[in-house]
Amino acid sequence: METELRTGVFICHCGINISGVLDIEDLCEYARTLPGVVTVQANLFTCAETGTSEIKAAVKEHDLNRVVVAACTPRTHEPIFRASCQEAGINPYFFEMVNIREHCSWVHRHDKEGAQAKARDLIRMGVAKALFLEPLETFRSKVEPKALVIGAGIAGMTSALAIANQGFEVILLEKEVEMGGLLRHLHKVAPSDMTAAELIGEKIAAIEKDKRIQCFTSAALEEVTGYVGNYAVRFSCGDESYSDKVGVIIVATGGASLKPVDLYNYDGEHVITQSELEIKLKDGNIGAKSIVMVQCVGARIPERNYCSRICCMVGIKNSLHIKEIVKDAKIFVLFRDIQAYGVENEALFFKAKEAGVRFIRYSLESPPVVEDGKVKIYHAGMGKEISLPADLVVLSTPIVAHDDAESISRILKVPIDEHKFFLEAHAKLSPLDFATSGIYLCGNAHYPATVREATYQALGAASRASIVLSHDTVERVGTVAAVKEELCSSCFACVKVCPYQVPHMNERGKAEIEPMQCQGCGICVAECPAEAIKFAYVSDEQITAACEALYAA
Amino acid sequence: MNNFEPLIAVFSCHYCSYAAADLAGSSRIQYPPNTRIIKVPCTGRISVNHILRALECGADGVYVAGCLEGTCHFVSGNFKAKQRVQSAKSLLGEINIEPERVQMYFMSAAEGSKFANVAKEMTETIKELGPSPLKGTNTQ
Repeated sequence: METELRTGVFICHCGINISGVLDIEDLCEYARTLPGVVTVQANLFTCAETGTSEIKAAVKEHDLNRVVVAACTPRTHEPIFRASCQEAGINPYFFEMVNIREHCSWVHRHDKEGAQAKARDLIRMGVAKALFLEPLETFRSKVEPKALVIGAGIAGMTSALAIANQGFEVILLEKEVEMGGLLRHLHKVAPSDMTAAELIGEKIAAIEKDKRIQCFTSAALEEVTGYVGNYAVRFSCGDESYSDKVGVIIVATGGASLKPVDLYNYDGEHVITQSELEIKLKDGNIGAKSIVMVQCVGARIPERNYCSRICCMVGIKNSLHIKEIVKDAKIFVLFRDIQAYGVENEALFFKAKEAGVRFIRYSLESPPVVEDGKVKIYHAGMGKEISLPADLVVLSTPIVAHDDAESISRILKVPIDEHKFFLEAHAKLSPLDFATSGIYLCGNAHYPATVREATYQALGAASRASIVLSHDTVERVGTVAAVKEELCSSCFACVKVCPYQVPHMNERGKAEIEPMQCQGCGICVAECPAEAIKFAYVSDEQITAACEALYAA
Repeated sequence: MNNFEPLIAVFSCHYCSYAAADLAGSSRIQYPPNTRIIKVPCTGRISVNHILRALECGADGVYVAGCLEGTCHFVSGNFKAKQRVQSAKSLLGEINIEPERVQMYFMSAAEGSKFANVAKEMTETIKELGPSPLKGTNTQ
């Protein structure tokens, strides 16, 4: 028996994010005219408690069996509304989301008429597609209670220990010959005054003692396949190759400090980087009395337009450390802007000023000029160029992504940004997750971070990962393809096209797809010449319905 | 002056280009409102039929936007999509419809500005070409 399709449409104001550009009343009126729609409601915030309660109430009141929400992106909010559908007693996959915020009000705010027409079209398409939605069932797949952490710097080591401390096994990969990452070369960690060696020493000792953590140094990740709860990983360590299964993966690959080749007469001797200065500080011998630091070397320039964020504090911290060793040292810090956020950083900045460290601002247009034994700089306050004596020039260069960030992003199939830093799923809603479930990120791999920030990101990522690890199974939705055997012409097209080699020929000579292995991409569905593969999650009928609703004559 | 406002269907994959469109939104990058996204898990889900169907149903242009080459979440779906877009183009050529009405683009989830640029570029291309001769022919 055919049940009557009864669709409810909920249109979100999102405060003024949507309603500031789109006429919500008009959209509601319009939605009421669409086929299958029995109720339309506008909500101030559909995702808020009141909004979701209204959905649930409307499902009951109007006996809805399809729900369409026109609001923001399904990438962040779909789970909330699917849950509301489920709570209201309808299959969560009888839900369709229309994005009229990211894809409309936010990007066409100067063309309200065009935006309004687009929003109407998108709602029409969503409603049309909703009529062809199919219920999906969930099934559970086993979780391998083991984590892979890539990178054994402060972030990686911290995550690995946090996960191991919860009783899970961890594989920790480090590409260098020893653990510790960038901290191996640093002197002291501000503002704690703890030496970097002490900090990583403690972590390394704890890792080496912990039976649950297997650490591989000189290691390289080679291949990752699978899905949350069940990733098959292959990596090498020296000449040996290893394969294992893990439930989650944490990317803690860190960053490198930029080598200022051809900048400010860098020679590694009289003109050095902050990292090289840290080595001198470790030895306790600076060999200079007049020191000039230049900030933003190779950063915040057109080809590398980001602020590395931590270099100002590194400069300030090291100025104070120099002052400890060489009491009468004269230190000038040439900066463009000072990034000293937070109570303790601000306090260190003032402490440096009180200790006599002089800060002089320069602009990108008139950068300092490093010459033998001096640095020339235009002093805006004095209105003229001045010459500063310099036995030692220290260049503050930004943290840049490692050369292998791109290859790791390819292996894991997670995105990197234009500067090759790894990109989280959402800056605010999922800052430690990738869009791919079961893969997390922390530390410099994401963006330059202080030790403290890297540490709490690492703890956060470990905690996100532990949510998966602490369950025996993970819920998977049946977003899988299935062969309609009577239509299969045994042409092997699906067998050949599947990137995961899932379809195979069964004993009847027909293609068969094992649902637990299917990744739900739909590539075989589009490839099958006999249209014999059913994909309820995104069926041909749904795509066609959306296409047919594209244009309203 | 060209007052024609084309209607453009975009097949976007969940992991990259749909996310890039979201990023264009959260970065408030403005672009012409001519595109209509149809979200699919992977661009490999899109068949030649879907592309042609969108044209039949009134789109003046169609493009498929997948992950960057080599970074497809489903390994090779974007390559399949590229081949299928190519087939759709040659079919259109055979019936004297400009193959430029159908395009394939690649972008990462981080490329909000690229999504906006592509939308702009495609809108301009289709504006030049004028309305699709198939518009209004859909009888189904």
